[in-house]
Amino acid sequence: MATTADGFTAHHDADHAHAHHDADHKPGFFARWFMSTNHKDIGTLYLIFAIIAGIIGGAVSGLMRWELAEPGIQVLGQIIQFMGGDGTTIEQQGHMWNVLITAHGLIMVFFMVMPAMIGGFGNWFVPLMIGAPDMAFPRMNNISFWLTVAGFVSLMASAFVPGGPAGNGAGTGWTVYAPLSTKGSVGPAVDFAIFSLHLAGAGSILGATNFITTIFNMRAPGMTLHKMPLFVWSVLVTAFLLLLALPVLAAAITMLLTDRNFGTTFFNADGGGDPVLYQHLFWFFGHPEVYIMILPGFGMISQIVATFSRKPVFGYLGMAYAMVAIGVVGFVVWAHHMYTVGLSVNTKMYFTAATMVIAVPTGVKIFSWIATMWGGSIEFKSPMVWALGMIFLFTVGGVTGVVLANGGIDDNMHDTYYVVAHFHYVLSMGAVFSLFAGWYYWFPKMFGRWHSEFLAHVHFWLFFIGVNVIFFPMHFLGLQGMARRYPDYTPAFEQWNHIASWGYVIMAVSMLVFFVNTFYALFAGKKAPGNYWGEGATTLEWSLSSPPPFHQFETLPVIEEHHSHYDHIGEKPAKA
Amino acid sequence: MNSGAFARTKLHFLALLLAAFAFVSLPQAGFAQAADPAVAEVTDSPNTDLSAASEVNANAAENRSVAEGEVVAGDEAGGGFQHFGPEMIKGQPEAGAYGFQPQYSDNGRFGLWMHDAILMPIITIISFFVLGLLMWVVFRYNKRANQVPSKTSHNTLIEVIWTVLPVLILVGIAVPSITLLARQYESPPENAITIKANGYQWYWGYEYVDNGGFEVISNMLDEAEALDAGEPHQLAVDNRMVVPVGVPIRLQTFGSDVIHSFGIPSLWFKLDAVPGRINELMLTIDEPGIYYGQCMELCGALHGFMPIAIEARTLEDYNAWVQTQPGGMTVEQVRAQAAQEAAAAAAPAAAEDAAEQDGPAAEEENAEVAASEGQTA
Repeated sequence: MATTADGFTAHHDADHAHAHHDADHKPGFFARWFMSTNHKDIGTLYLIFAIIAGIIGGAVSGLMRWELAEPGIQVLGQIIQFMGGDGTTIEQQGHMWNVLITAHGLIMVFFMVMPAMIGGFGNWFVPLMIGAPDMAFPRMNNISFWLTVAGFVSLMASAFVPGGPAGNGAGTGWTVYAPLSTKGSVGPAVDFAIFSLHLAGAGSILGATNFITTIFNMRAPGMTLHKMPLFVWSVLVTAFLLLLALPVLAAAITMLLTDRNFGTTFFNADGGGDPVLYQHLFWFFGHPEVYIMILPGFGMISQIVATFSRKPVFGYLGMAYAMVAIGVVGFVVWAHHMYTVGLSVNTKMYFTAATMVIAVPTGVKIFSWIATMWGGSIEFKSPMVWALGMIFLFTVGGVTGVVLANGGIDDNMHDTYYVVAHFHYVLSMGAVFSLFAGWYYWFPKMFGRWHSEFLAHVHFWLFFIGVNVIFFPMHFLGLQGMARRYPDYTPAFEQWNHIASWGYVIMAVSMLVFFVNTFYALFAGKKAPGNYWGEGATTLEWSLSSPPPFHQFETLPVIEEHHSHYDHIGEKPAKA
Repeated sequence: MNSGAFARTKLHFLALLLAAFAFVSLPQAGFAQAADPAVAEVTDSPNTDLSAASEVNANAAENRSVAEGEVVAGDEAGGGFQHFGPEMIKGQPEAGAYGFQPQYSDNGRFGLWMHDAILMPIITIISFFVLGLLMWVVFRYNKRANQVPSKTSHNTLIEVIWTVLPVLILVGIAVPSITLLARQYESPPENAITIKANGYQWYWGYEYVDNGGFEVISNMLDEAEALDAGEPHQLAVDNRMVVPVGVPIRLQTFGSDVIHSFGIPSLWFKLDAVPGRINELMLTIDEPGIYYGQCMELCGALHGFMPIAIEARTLEDYNAWVQTQPGGMTVEQVRAQAAQEAAAAAAPAAAEDAAEQDGPAAEEENAEVAASEGQTA
């Protein structure tokens, strides 16, 4: 374990007045969970929140797959009736469909993946990994979380207020394109949805400033930037992306609000505005956003692959700067989401070329993970299995991204299921597999008890099969021309849709296994020691107990000369 | 001039360097776009042009009111014009298929070739290569097979290789990709026929700008009607968009309320219909047939229920069909009528003007017409 700075120990011992403030003193329930300033508690809150949002967002996708299992409209009317509406006309049913796709997208992006990745694992492990007692701004950390919750409440509320002549809820798609979201959606639902993004966005911006400050200022003595764990690097890059991208989204949706309510015409051609401007602004945020969702996952996969291969990460600097490169290039490729909007040929050529460039640093990461395993002594514990699944499926999603990058090819794929398949391979497999890998990697560390490794493997295999059965056929549907965001389709599309819906069932069963495993672990799991993964686990969180004390590193750990970027806790090797 | 060939010869050099790639594509891009102003040069003489345009507006207004009820009847009463039956359906999805639909345009075949012959093999090989490496690592470097892990943490040579090799592959992909883009943006020739697809919530209107300016309103058939007609439901419509085969179509799209998107999978064509702007691309269809498409941009409650059906006919058939439409005329008739009107109203000065073909004033006037069209709708 790392040596500690003596000066701090001495100071602590001398401070008798605060002797009762030992490291594990916890405030009462309300103060602890509702007024929390502790990064680990806030991380836990984020994780619980993300799981709840994930259940809702996942249930919504279940309704969608149910509806799409066969041609015709079967389910939407019942959903409307369940929510207290009438649901008999095709307009109402079509609107309900749009509400579902909008909710699924917004929930999964803003209230599941982001809170889990950055709020959950970022909050929990960035301070632990850099040897800091907490985040730089603990109270701001708390408000970041509660703003996210408020945003979620606002989004849920939007489903119960009018969103247009055809019913309640915002049916604009998660992209909220004008003019469908302005003059095309009368009623307060879209305002609620926009406000939800404002709140969640503000929470994320505050969180991003907190992470940047923490990482730049609170690293343990001796931990240079080039000795930081890759997960911390990934959160740092992500925080910069958030800080630069979210204000643009905030500006765009504020203009939507004023277009909707105060008679401005930013995006309204009748008043000299341009609907395409909104798309540029949205995707200037939206493209970095997809890297925001995947980069922390990259970081987790790097930690996990190194741990279970019992080998340092291959090409550490290449890995760190590949993430920086992805972040930078991610800001100059946005219009590849808009290839059919009527761009000039020069613009399309530029964005084709720029988009393909991103494949290079991404390829560096994939190959470096494999090289990390090469020559290693790999143990297939559950986190490693999830990581292997992520690496392969992310590759599949990545290569279809290269196909879509070509402006001329994308003309026949834009807004088809091919795109849906692509982004679910990189997110629902890339990001979510990383989340589960991180979950099983750190669960005993966070909660002090072991999950069942057996159930974790069962969860993996069912989930792996399930998501592939859902999403792989979508490539075929997309190539055949099936459009996104359609509640109904011509009978030729039935076969693959039917198969995809069965895939959802398999995936849902795997999630049952996940919840059983989680409850088993929390209530009956074996107690976990401090470093339960053994010699491959070498970052600072493994020098602490499981769970870590309520306040850790009151005496700062010191990263010595002999510590490298991958080993922060090893003893100094004896002189030969 | 053949821009595709131009692109290929010019872009041949690109395989050398990525930097050179960006540089060389600039003149190429400029070339493809330089033709844009030609949009305005619809007809030969300025006077003809103006009168045709005013005709457009008059007819469109008139047509809007009658179209819904009238054109259905027009099917039978259409001067003996016989629409294609379901045996002529060419562009439609096929159950259980896993590739693109067959393509019926030059650009479509190029795109299909590029996807099937270049992109698919590359991404398949890469995916299996990564899978193979993972499998090898799993079997060779698991804990039982390899007790002592190596401590290798970097190798400059291999890192350079796996950075440079993908770059070369991507440059290889970029060459046909840029070529395809340049082909798609070729500007329409003089004889191109302009047809404007207007997206409405939730149906399409096809405005025959060069043929008297009538507009055909096209709604989806419900399931029973589609089955009666022997067509796939969700794709079948009451009034198809009739277009000529082999003649370049200057296909314009326009969104009347929100953004729609005009997408035909079997013609490799997709262009958003945006309020406040007219988008335009050229489309040339090879053979007669029916080609289905759908709205491809979320446009509200019935987004999924505004399909597109293109009926491509020979130019003779097309002209025959045009004349069955209210106010519909062949391009020649439009020109003749315009010339007649011009002559009738003619002061000698105007005649001189007309003789002076393609004056700069003509382009300006046309641009104005286009702009006002954009704003009124």
